[in-house]
Amino acid sequence: MSNNKTKASGGIFEKFNNLTDTNLLLTITVVIFFLMYIGAIIFQGGGFLKPQGFFNLLNANAALIVLACGLSIVMITGGIDISVGGVTALVSMCCAVYLDYKGGNVFVSVLVALAIGLAFGAFQGLLVAYLDIQPFIVTLAGMFFARGMTTIVNTKPFNVANEAFTKLKMTRVIIPGMGSANRKGEYIDAYVEIGVIVAILVVIALFCLLRWTKLGRSLYAVGGNRQSALMLGINVKRTRFLSHVLCGLLAGIGGYVYFLHVGSGSPSHALGAEMDAIASSIIGGTMLTGGVGNIAGTFFGVMSLGTIQNIVSQAGLGEAWWIGITRALMLCLFLVIQSIVMVRKKKS
Amino acid sequence: MKDNIVLQMKNIHKSFPGVRALQGVDFTLRKGEVHALMGENGAGKSTLIKVLTGVYSKDEGDIFLDGKEGPVAIHSPQDAQKIGISTVYQEITLCPNLSVAENMFIGRTSGFGQNWRKMNSDTEKILKSLDIPATATQQLETCSLAVQQMIAIARAVDMDCKVLILDEPTSSLDEQEVEKLFKLMRDLRSKGVGIVFVTHFLDQVYEICDRITVMRDGQLVGEFEIEKLPRVQLVSKMLGKELDDMSDIKGEQKAYERKAGSVPVLEAQGRVSDAGIKPFDFHIDKGEVNGFTGLLGSGRSECVRALFAADRVTGGTIKMNGKPVKISKPLDAMKNGIAYLPEDRKGDGIVGDLSVRENIILAQQVLKGFFKPFSKAKQYEIADEYIKLLSIKTASADTPIKSLSGGNQQKVILARWLFTHPEYLILDEPTRGIDVGTKVDIQKLVLKLASEGMSVTFISSELDEMLRTCSRLVVMRDRKVVGELSGDDLNQSKVMSTIAGGDK
Repeated sequence: MSNNKTKASGGIFEKFNNLTDTNLLLTITVVIFFLMYIGAIIFQGGGFLKPQGFFNLLNANAALIVLACGLSIVMITGGIDISVGGVTALVSMCCAVYLDYKGGNVFVSVLVALAIGLAFGAFQGLLVAYLDIQPFIVTLAGMFFARGMTTIVNTKPFNVANEAFTKLKMTRVIIPGMGSANRKGEYIDAYVEIGVIVAILVVIALFCLLRWTKLGRSLYAVGGNRQSALMLGINVKRTRFLSHVLCGLLAGIGGYVYFLHVGSGSPSHALGAEMDAIASSIIGGTMLTGGVGNIAGTFFGVMSLGTIQNIVSQAGLGEAWWIGITRALMLCLFLVIQSIVMVRKKKS
Repeated sequence: MKDNIVLQMKNIHKSFPGVRALQGVDFTLRKGEVHALMGENGAGKSTLIKVLTGVYSKDEGDIFLDGKEGPVAIHSPQDAQKIGISTVYQEITLCPNLSVAENMFIGRTSGFGQNWRKMNSDTEKILKSLDIPATATQQLETCSLAVQQMIAIARAVDMDCKVLILDEPTSSLDEQEVEKLFKLMRDLRSKGVGIVFVTHFLDQVYEICDRITVMRDGQLVGEFEIEKLPRVQLVSKMLGKELDDMSDIKGEQKAYERKAGSVPVLEAQGRVSDAGIKPFDFHIDKGEVNGFTGLLGSGRSECVRALFAADRVTGGTIKMNGKPVKISKPLDAMKNGIAYLPEDRKGDGIVGDLSVRENIILAQQVLKGFFKPFSKAKQYEIADEYIKLLSIKTASADTPIKSLSGGNQQKVILARWLFTHPEYLILDEPTRGIDVGTKVDIQKLVLKLASEGMSVTFISSELDEMLRTCSRLVVMRDRKVVGELSGDDLNQSKVMSTIAGGDK
């Protein structure tokens, strides 16, 4: 890790050639994110000036971070999973119904979320890895199924009034020393929600998994060249299966984080979240062709998407289509920069 | 088992539906030798190797390995690796996105975690001991192909292999890279590893091998020490023609004569593509039938593909009837009146789900433009005409081509190209895998077309067929044009000695 870090922060152009594809793309993402954020602080000020602005970015995007991590894992193995948005909606709805109508227990609702995610991941993984069906088709079906089930569970959106849950939802983790004064001059502590802590733990755990475990490296190998991985003695089917199981599990966790943030169930929750997750993952340096990607990059990918959204809305262009357009432009920009750098590297 | 024998395969039989791929083949490998396995297309070398590495299961026969009592059972590539048989394939089977060290160790360490430090230092040691110019932390993709190949070998060697199978490892390497690879092979030989070397390059065989096993049509021709088998003998054994009883085959073709001052239909100079051939010159006259000959892998198909621009062309000029033309993609070639019947019928030739009729009109339709379709009636007229002309056996013009036999599919593709009325027709292995009657038909047709003024290049792996049809042969060896034969030189012994490369 230390080796990795010195390289990443070195940032000298000649050094780029020694970086692996994964680390190179990570470096680009991190540099662009910081340039963008610092630019926003200097030129736009406002919410960006306070540390809480950054923490709000985390609060709003915690669920997306978890979902994008799952996406990165399947994308590194050369697959795709577009069911995560649907699973998020289904998790929110099931947990909401369970907590509200039955007066349920918060701990059990977490288990419900994990079980839903795991079930989706395991079943999709089974179809993809062992029956060799295209992951796009399998998870497209999964997405439709999850969306459909959400409406079957409850057609109308509603807020959860469970006391224990509301308490958990309102829990704020205070970040010491980062607070700032509000307009009246009162000191307000900086805080993050519980979901952010979960997301950060997920990022750290997956970073370690991908870097220091055999399973993690097998994911890269399978994504790099499936036939070669087989010849090198890797159990390709099991690896692909596990990648989908992991992604499903993370969709369950991400779904619960999302639910914790919004505190309601609705069939229209997390619409298009899978696309945001894919976009973040790509911005973070994961390649759709597989074999290249990094969880740290994915984290910064999500943060970049969130930052651009904040910049646009602070500039008074709050409409959804403006945000859509700027996100599209940013995705293009990242892809172009990535491919230029990769091509230059290949040539040298 | 004798002391120095590391691997022995005895009486191996293997059949596929309709084909007896191996019929009682023996193979013996000794410690510290490089043993070439030679044979033409369909000889059974790759089947033999796949039996040895557990990709196929054998029908009959035994495999003995040094240090093991009795025959060993090999059911999968993993089994083979466990008992010390490693294979390095032509296509590199490593992961380009991982580091060199990971490629050396992935899939064969125990435990849950990955110990980078130990892995990297172990890798550095191995790289140093085998003198491979790479570092452990480098991404594999950044290494040259030869180095990647060497890393694959290093991985195999580090797994304590006693038998190392190199399946055409040199086909994508340049000369210096081959030299590096050979150095590594010599090192390993001196360490007692038995190496099976499969290649099409005769020069390389004579440079590095100690022994040669020749196979033909699924049978063992023999095992020879390299000094006792001159090149010409090797070629004749591979092709299955004894040098003594080579009666001259005379066909009905015209003798080749170059009329002074005549302009060739096609003249290429320094043509080269990215398929790995050396630049070559070529010309063909009106009404001439010529051929490219050489062993499998010598580059004969690649040459004609370069003429038709079926591979990416990287240099050279082409003149048609004296005028320079630019041919950089197949459509250019078609527009200039060149037609190419590809070797890979399934991949490059037929469109399986379309009917015979649609397959026939395809090329001409492309030339005509898609917005000027042939009328249905016209299409049937054309299809019926060619079905009759080439006596294609099909239920109707609307039968999907994939339900036809191989020979008839070939005739449909031939009809497709004839319908474009080309000036110059290239036939790459038109007779492969089709019955004898159809072969003769095609040969006759080629001569008939030539007598009507079409220029034809004919490629076949059967030498007799070439000698019967062509009036001039371009001979290739190791991806280079090494000679041109016509007139009285068109006989088997001359062709073989040219393929073999002189009297060595």
